[in-house]
Amino acid sequence: MSHSLVTMSYIVATILFIFSLSGLSNQETARKGNYYGMLGMAIAIIATALSASVTSYAILIVALLIGGAIGARAALKVEMTQMPELVAIMHSLVGMAAVLVGYANFMDSSISLVGVEKNIHEIEIYIGILIGAVTFSGSVIAFCKLSERISGKPLLLPGRHWLNLCLLVAAIVLGWMFLQQTENGGGSLPLWIMTGIALVFGIHMVMAIGGADMPVVVSMLNSYSGWAAAATGFMLSNDLLIVTGALVGSSGAILSYIMCRAMNRNFISVIAGGFGTGSGGEAAVVEGEVTPISADETAQLLLDAKNIMIIPGYGMAVAQAQHTVNEITKLLRDKGKKVGFGIHPVAGRMPGHMNVLLAEAKVPYDIVYEMDEVNEDWAHVDVSIVIGANDIVNPSALDDPNSPIAGMPVLECWKGETTVVLKRSMASGYAGVGNPLFVLENTRMLFGDANATMQAVLKALKG
Amino acid sequence: MKIGIPKEIHPGEKRVATTPEAAEQIIKLGFSVLVESGAGLAANISDEAYKEVGVEIVDNAKTLWKSADIVMKVRAPEQHPELALDEIDMLPEGGRLISFIWPAQNEELMQKLAAKNTTVLAMDSVPRMSRAQKLDALSSMANIAGYRAVIEAAQHFGRFFTGQITAAGKIPPAKVLVIGAGVAGLAAIGTAKSMGAIVRAFDTRPEVKEQIESMDAEFLMLDFKEEGSGTGGYAKTMSKEFIEAEMALFARQAMEVDIIITTALIPGKPAPKLITEGMVKSMKPGSIIVDLAAEQGGNCALTEKDQVVVKHDVTIIGYSNLPSRLANQSSQLYATNLRHLLTELCPEKNGTINVNMDDEVIRGTTVIKEGKITWPPPPPKLSAAPAPQTEAPAYSATQEQQKPSVVKQFTPLVIAGLVLFGIGSVAPASFMTHFTVFVLACFIGYQVIWNVSASLHTPLMSVTNAISGIIVIGALVQVSAQDQNISILAGLAILIASINIAGGFLVTRRMLEMFRK
Repeated sequence: MSHSLVTMSYIVATILFIFSLSGLSNQETARKGNYYGMLGMAIAIIATALSASVTSYAILIVALLIGGAIGARAALKVEMTQMPELVAIMHSLVGMAAVLVGYANFMDSSISLVGVEKNIHEIEIYIGILIGAVTFSGSVIAFCKLSERISGKPLLLPGRHWLNLCLLVAAIVLGWMFLQQTENGGGSLPLWIMTGIALVFGIHMVMAIGGADMPVVVSMLNSYSGWAAAATGFMLSNDLLIVTGALVGSSGAILSYIMCRAMNRNFISVIAGGFGTGSGGEAAVVEGEVTPISADETAQLLLDAKNIMIIPGYGMAVAQAQHTVNEITKLLRDKGKKVGFGIHPVAGRMPGHMNVLLAEAKVPYDIVYEMDEVNEDWAHVDVSIVIGANDIVNPSALDDPNSPIAGMPVLECWKGETTVVLKRSMASGYAGVGNPLFVLENTRMLFGDANATMQAVLKALKG
Repeated sequence: MKIGIPKEIHPGEKRVATTPEAAEQIIKLGFSVLVESGAGLAANISDEAYKEVGVEIVDNAKTLWKSADIVMKVRAPEQHPELALDEIDMLPEGGRLISFIWPAQNEELMQKLAAKNTTVLAMDSVPRMSRAQKLDALSSMANIAGYRAVIEAAQHFGRFFTGQITAAGKIPPAKVLVIGAGVAGLAAIGTAKSMGAIVRAFDTRPEVKEQIESMDAEFLMLDFKEEGSGTGGYAKTMSKEFIEAEMALFARQAMEVDIIITTALIPGKPAPKLITEGMVKSMKPGSIIVDLAAEQGGNCALTEKDQVVVKHDVTIIGYSNLPSRLANQSSQLYATNLRHLLTELCPEKNGTINVNMDDEVIRGTTVIKEGKITWPPPPPKLSAAPAPQTEAPAYSATQEQQKPSVVKQFTPLVIAGLVLFGIGSVAPASFMTHFTVFVLACFIGYQVIWNVSASLHTPLMSVTNAISGIIVIGALVQVSAQDQNISILAGLAILIASINIAGGFLVTRRMLEMFRK
């Protein structure tokens, strides 16, 4: 294939990738979008494979087949609750691939550039490997935290900001040394040391971030993996890689921004790590008595209601209650009641996670609403059920400026007529914050395992 | 333990202390329940209905009082009209009684009960705290009285409550004044409002203003500074000047409104006289006064207890048994209050009660413990008002943050500009072409991603995972290099990237298939 034809194929692939992302704007076009993406990828790979520079097909095909098989197996086996882990580990793979391609490019002696172009090329290699390594180690730690192989608590080393600064300065100094040494054809030592530093930096960065901030971390690493691909594109002077990397990078950046806004957190402070440190005075202590309710009474409440809103949190998925919830939803809808789901952006452990979990339980997506759609309508809601959620329905986020989650937008379910909160026992949520919702006069507490109690409610509704 | 429910003997009393629903729950607590034959008839509950849930029906009162370990009643014990025997005498030595007692008004009764070594829990003495709300029989009865007061008024009132415009002409809505916005007053406001009347309400406690307004009624303000809240959320006696201002307000209102419902009570004192004969005279003919304080002497000077009288063309209703006039409903609520009390008394659900005087709710309710009078209880520690919020010093700080200085706003822009300038001044043309592509792609990405539905953010991440596998292209062009090491590195990179490609696209497909309408 001629060079121009390959470039033309890349342009087609680029357009298909853009279509693929814009297809995700709604559920109907999303499936088509995914096929556009596959087609674009196929065109890009085939065009490259057929180009003049590729000759050793044996390694190529074997590697593609093995990798494809591993990927396909993972995709088909993964539980939907484990999606964040899968996504995190895939970020790490992109990072690792970027590091490998960077080293391969560094070792390639056939590239003959001189002067500024050579320097820029060396910098591109250096930066590509740097971003790749940070993405790789950060994602591996994120994977371990999400799959609870290591504790979700933030690891706060003393003077961690200074440590980060030192690592950054060291990376810059090493970069300068690297440039000096490549003049004489050397430079591999600074590159190796820098890779080590970048790996440590990635580990340290994610270790310092608390469990509640994981959605931000996952989307941030998504962004990094894009930038790593873009840096590789610069290194290889390949526009397809640059464009794709930029698309993915900005996608991850926007998702991080959305997640930060949903938790009212400053992006910098999330990255700097720690949760709730440096907040003002003491948060108001929650006082009062909770009013318990039984499953039978809950069923009666639901039967008397017209407009029902369900607020799921990650606890629902942990208890595997989503299928029971769906059955209850179906039953109530058959009885002519309006049932909706209100989803907070950070419900679940990555952006949009809760929607996928509900979709898996066959909840129709047109009754699943976003927080902003729901928050205006609480006055018309007769009963809201909070399942496995805590911080996202905490009124103190709005009215107690000293609360660690102050300012975070929440689902204002207490404005409805009655709220039923499912809870295992009286314990505080992920953020370790007491919830005044539980002691409000129009709140009823349904204690017990979410799935078992939902089953009991379902039975009472049928009986 | 056996719980006995006798038939009420007070004239006109139609309520009963348990219903089949409540009895079923009580039996679940491990108790057995005895009900006197015909006890529920006046409240439309047959003996059969009790039997169905496992209650034993006892034929006469004497046997019931004798065999029960705990007697639950509505009214305080009194002389039995048929047996010519006082109920206290039927209560065995050391027996237990749960009912309304009114210990402040019935000292003699208290002495008699104490003399028999009994344990008595008074439903009128349940402390006013949030935990005890579910067993607060006074509130549940007051709620019913408030509702029934409006219904009684409607019965005697010659017009519609709601305003209408009909072919035959315009009908103005009735104007209702509710004095005292306690539980009964609020219930009356709600009922009158839902029937379409214009409702005004007055209370000496300013904190109820919000509650009144939340029910869409008008709160009559008195231009006078005096705090009317006593302990435990009840009203207290006001100063002379206040009462004068208040009376002037009522006098003005009396001329205007069609219906007055008075619910003003001060604990342990005769009801304040708020509506004078002069005010009654000034009311329009056909107006109605419902006096919920008739039991304590009435808020209106002309009220006659348990009578409906017409004076100066105004109907004055002085029923003191309004809850009993809605017997089924009141019995249900009262029975539920009693059941909640039993749940508190029997936390282990083993059918025996433990009068635990360390528990604030039980301590307050118990007026006689094993012959010792324990009334009045020490004042409750928690008031019914919510705990005050902590002050908010951090708030001003957050407000300041919202207005970043001009320097802060522009610093990133300046830095970005300098960096771009720096790159532009040294970079060769080939780099700039790629850089152009990069910047434009970032903007396309920005536009496209903001349009992605929030519900599809997880598929978005997995599909971006897949397409960032495009890094495979970089490995593909290197795999055929002369250097063996490069080939191996590139081959490894291809393998890794293709995991991403296959995994990302397939898992996205799997997820998107799940999204169904």
